[in-house]
Amino acid sequence: MKKFFRNLWENRTWLLMVLPGTLWFILLAYIPMAGNVIAFKEYTIHPEGFIASIIHSDWVGFDNFKFLFSTSDAWVITRNTILYNLVFILLGLALAVALAILLSQLANKRLAKVYQTGMLFPHFLSWVVVSYFVFSFLSMDKGLFNNILESLGMSGISWYHEPEYWPYILTSMNVWKTVGFSSIIYLAAIAGINRDYYEAAMIDGASKWQQIKHVTLPALMPLMVILTILDIGKIFRADFGLFYQVPRDSGTLYSVTNVIDTYVYRGLMQMGDISMTTAAGLYQSMVGLILVLLTNYIVKRIDKDYALF
Amino acid sequence: MKAEEKPANLSKKRRKKVRNPHHFSPKTNIIMTVLLGLSAFLCIFPFLYVIIISVSSEESLIRYGYKLIPEEWSLDAYSYLWNMRGQLFQSFGISLLVTILGTVISVLMITMYAYAISRPQFRYRGFFTFFAFFTMLFNAGLVPLYIVMNQFLDLRNTIWALILPLAMNAFYIIIMRTFFVRSIPEAILESARIDGASEWRIFFKISVPLAVPGIATIALFSTLGYWNDWFHALLFIDDPNLVPLQALLMRIENNLEFIRQNTELGGAVQEIYATVPQDAAKMAMVVIATLPIALTYPFFQKYFISGLTIGGVKE
Repeated sequence: MKKFFRNLWENRTWLLMVLPGTLWFILLAYIPMAGNVIAFKEYTIHPEGFIASIIHSDWVGFDNFKFLFSTSDAWVITRNTILYNLVFILLGLALAVALAILLSQLANKRLAKVYQTGMLFPHFLSWVVVSYFVFSFLSMDKGLFNNILESLGMSGISWYHEPEYWPYILTSMNVWKTVGFSSIIYLAAIAGINRDYYEAAMIDGASKWQQIKHVTLPALMPLMVILTILDIGKIFRADFGLFYQVPRDSGTLYSVTNVIDTYVYRGLMQMGDISMTTAAGLYQSMVGLILVLLTNYIVKRIDKDYALF
Repeated sequence: MKAEEKPANLSKKRRKKVRNPHHFSPKTNIIMTVLLGLSAFLCIFPFLYVIIISVSSEESLIRYGYKLIPEEWSLDAYSYLWNMRGQLFQSFGISLLVTILGTVISVLMITMYAYAISRPQFRYRGFFTFFAFFTMLFNAGLVPLYIVMNQFLDLRNTIWALILPLAMNAFYIIIMRTFFVRSIPEAILESARIDGASEWRIFFKISVPLAVPGIATIALFSTLGYWNDWFHALLFIDDPNLVPLQALLMRIENNLEFIRQNTELGGAVQEIYATVPQDAAKMAMVVIATLPIALTYPFFQKYFISGLTIGGVKE
């Protein structure tokens, strides 16, 4: 015991340095984590505050989860979250790699830099701003798309009330916002490929396409595999801004825009069923944890350097 | 485009010599230059379009919709915003305050934490690394955080509700730790220790200056995160005096939407509707909120890029 305190004293500088961060983690990460017990209770607010509320709420076991999964919502939000993310991951990968290869081949390097700067722009915007961008295209009576449709003699489309278009709109917006940024890491990897491989391929008479297929892509493959697996670890987590701001929270679109994150938010703000909403959040966190552990295990077996832990 | 035209003017023999075999053939290069140029343009086009809408007259917007070339130009939207500048300045100030204060607090906390767990002398570094790291694996969830912030810490409608949730980030700690491990040779610190410098002095006088590129990266990530944050205002702020710019943007929309949907409500509301350059003003606000980023990010992007490449590789 005495030794323990002596160790603490000897490490006081370091302990002081981690103190503010540790307090933050306790207050804003670990106490909320413990707060997830609400998912197994019928949460009722007690006048004596947060801890009293939790203690005085009755245990209900897995009832909140049973109720959650008895609704069709659970299926819809799980499906939407996974399918959208899957498309985002695969399409994002293909486009980011293609973009990186094309940019690296461009003869005018300064122009390539200018292009890259342009393509990075969306990454720096908030989804609120992007939702206005989208609105300027999709507005029913004034938007660019309906203007074009009407000038072609067709009738305008009420975009914010027609669910069939939204999988494409959301996917386009996600690609638009992320691909420029995610191509950077592939661009850096391409710059690191030994030029001798290409020269050898050229001596053998390989065309540009053959060089890309047989030199560039195989060289990028490990990075592609690893980043994709890491993304799959996050497949249960949706980008709240994309699914909440861009469709402008339009109720008629929920069937194709509701994901776990928006469901939890609306549950908290509108439905008022705190316990069931917590259960939905805990369901997301638990599956998320399993997926991250699993994907990290796989990454570790491929290349230790890229594993998170 | 000039660079691409040059080889075409040279004789075929010379062109073969000049051309870098690692690039496209001249013909493909022209096609790709145009194609990539179009993609890059597509990335900034919506912003240009919104700027155009913001300087169109409200009448032409109502009559013709959002045109690429407005029928009538007008700065009414901006003068309207100037008239309601009270709220706008207030929100701008809140955004600025939250961003600056938040970034300073966040960078200080992250740098100290990351430095401590990067030092081999720290006996409990394993524990504290895991303590931060676990928050990346298991997300506490929105509802518990909401309840803790509101009912336990009592931070609703305070500036801290906008600052604290974004202040720590395990991922940035990992990036910073990697940076410290890589950029600070233990030998330098050892010689300072022999000279009798305290660990705090070493930290501020040697380690921090050596880690400036890494700290700049974290600071910029943090600045952007705070500036673009609307989510925490959505959750924790009702007080109009504390609404940051991004959230004001979101709210103006809701208010105007409400007015529009309820135009049959009566005279007073309708009067507001008639005098407000609705569409142009909304888009003018988008422009004002986006301009600071649009003008500065080209100068800072290299830090974001380096952050991305450090983040990809561990110690």
